[in-house]
Amino acid sequence: MHENGYKFELEEMDLYYGDFKVLEDVNLEIKKCCITSIIGPSGCGKSSALRCLNRMNDLVDGARIEGSVVLDGEDIYDRNYSVVGLRKRVGMVFQKPNPFPKTIYDNVAFGPRLYGIRDRETLDGIVEESLKSAALFEEVKDKLRTSALALSGGQQQRLCIARVLAVQPEVILLDEPCSALDPIATQRIEDLLSDLKTRYTIVIVTHNMQQAARLSDYTAFFMIEEQGDPGKIVEYGDTNTIFTKPTDERTERYITGRFG
Amino acid sequence: MAREKYIKMLLMACASLSFLAILLIFLFIFQESLPAITRIGIPNLFSAAWNPDKGQYGMLAFLIGTLLSTLGGLLIGAPLGIGTAVFLDQVAPSRMANVIRRGVELLAGIPSVVIGWFGLIILVPFIARITGSAGYGIAAASVVLAVMVLPTITALGAETLRSLPPELKEASVAMGATRWQTIRKVLLPAGKEGILVAVVLGMGRAIGETMAVQMVVGNSSQLTLNPFQPTGTLTSNLVTNMGEAVGNFRAALFAQALVLLILSMILIVSIRFITRKKEA
Repeated sequence: MHENGYKFELEEMDLYYGDFKVLEDVNLEIKKCCITSIIGPSGCGKSSALRCLNRMNDLVDGARIEGSVVLDGEDIYDRNYSVVGLRKRVGMVFQKPNPFPKTIYDNVAFGPRLYGIRDRETLDGIVEESLKSAALFEEVKDKLRTSALALSGGQQQRLCIARVLAVQPEVILLDEPCSALDPIATQRIEDLLSDLKTRYTIVIVTHNMQQAARLSDYTAFFMIEEQGDPGKIVEYGDTNTIFTKPTDERTERYITGRFG
Repeated sequence: MAREKYIKMLLMACASLSFLAILLIFLFIFQESLPAITRIGIPNLFSAAWNPDKGQYGMLAFLIGTLLSTLGGLLIGAPLGIGTAVFLDQVAPSRMANVIRRGVELLAGIPSVVIGWFGLIILVPFIARITGSAGYGIAAASVVLAVMVLPTITALGAETLRSLPPELKEASVAMGATRWQTIRKVLLPAGKEGILVAVVLGMGRAIGETMAVQMVVGNSSQLTLNPFQPTGTLTSNLVTNMGEAVGNFRAALFAQALVLLILSMILIVSIRFITRKKEA
């Protein structure tokens, strides 16, 4: 068993899309049961970095990784590593809420059904539990059989979180989950993530620095030097330090809003 | 400003003319088949006996033939077309998808008489050899129709899948679904209205197809459910007999045309129903 308190360890990771180098020399340790945020200006590769952690970049033609991405001691890019198993352990919530055009119930039950759970009572329990964990149950308990698309944006995003929770993942990746939501819905998601971090390792990409400062325990700041250069980590550390006394001048300029 | 007005009037005239043409066709066919209803009578028209020489004008055999060959064409063509659409959109590398897409478009452009000819020369003898029948009949017609509905179903099906938001596929894959699970549990259900419209439009093509069917169906007036027996369809019967029909015979053919027209209209209305339900 691999026990050093780190869930993910990225070592000298480079990411290419075809000939284009998107990320260079990414070194990052992501602690268990903490919220780690990834910040940086648009186009710095922060979403791409997040998508390395559940191999969603596999969907991009010509995407390729060098270096290593280790989850609990195992390299997830190893030839024999099960991508399906990885994605069960590492769930993802996207920028735009993307519930399936199915009922609320079927959205949450989607993952458990994929993994072969058919028993009605078990599924009912999972759906209720997941919706409760995502702080959505009270609002939807009387309309589980109606379309998920009728929910508000904030409810849809919490439904997507419930859908991920339903397969009991170990890590939840969130890619700017609040960028399409109003401040109240954003607040609810943030409260929810703070509750969830006792049980899950959470990695969140955000363009909202206040959100990173409020929410996360650790923060990684990515940027690119020039248009066309690969994105790199400028600074990584505990959130407090990054936001109060950053060691790199570029981090300080970014968090004080002087560029980016 | 005057010019704007003229253009508007010109376009209006075009639209009115098309509408008028459709209306007149309908009225004309209805008027010409009226004698059949009054003089021959509905029971005779829908009976199973077709002997124009003896005053028997039953179209049941042809109606069944049309419905069965259409159904058969769709049973073969729809899964093939939907499968091809899924392959084009989700599986094939883009260069291969382009080649196949061109091929399917080409198929849509082949005149039906050529496909019928192919059916007559290759398919009918082949069916005759393996079944010991004459080879003509609903089975041959179904295969020919399947080839004809394939481009419609494939093109519209692929278009439906392509227009689905990419976020759906991402969500499914990120949940750990395999490509096949994503197709079966997310993409096809999400696109089911569009795929249904594709199949109904294919059905419209199959119901009205004349030349290719007439060449392989056998053109008998025998009422049969055996797919290897020669029979007829509404269209094949019309085209076979239209040259020499007069009087009641002619009116009976118009009645068959009317039934064909009503079948097609039912399909069009059902498409509107499917798409409206989706918007609601």
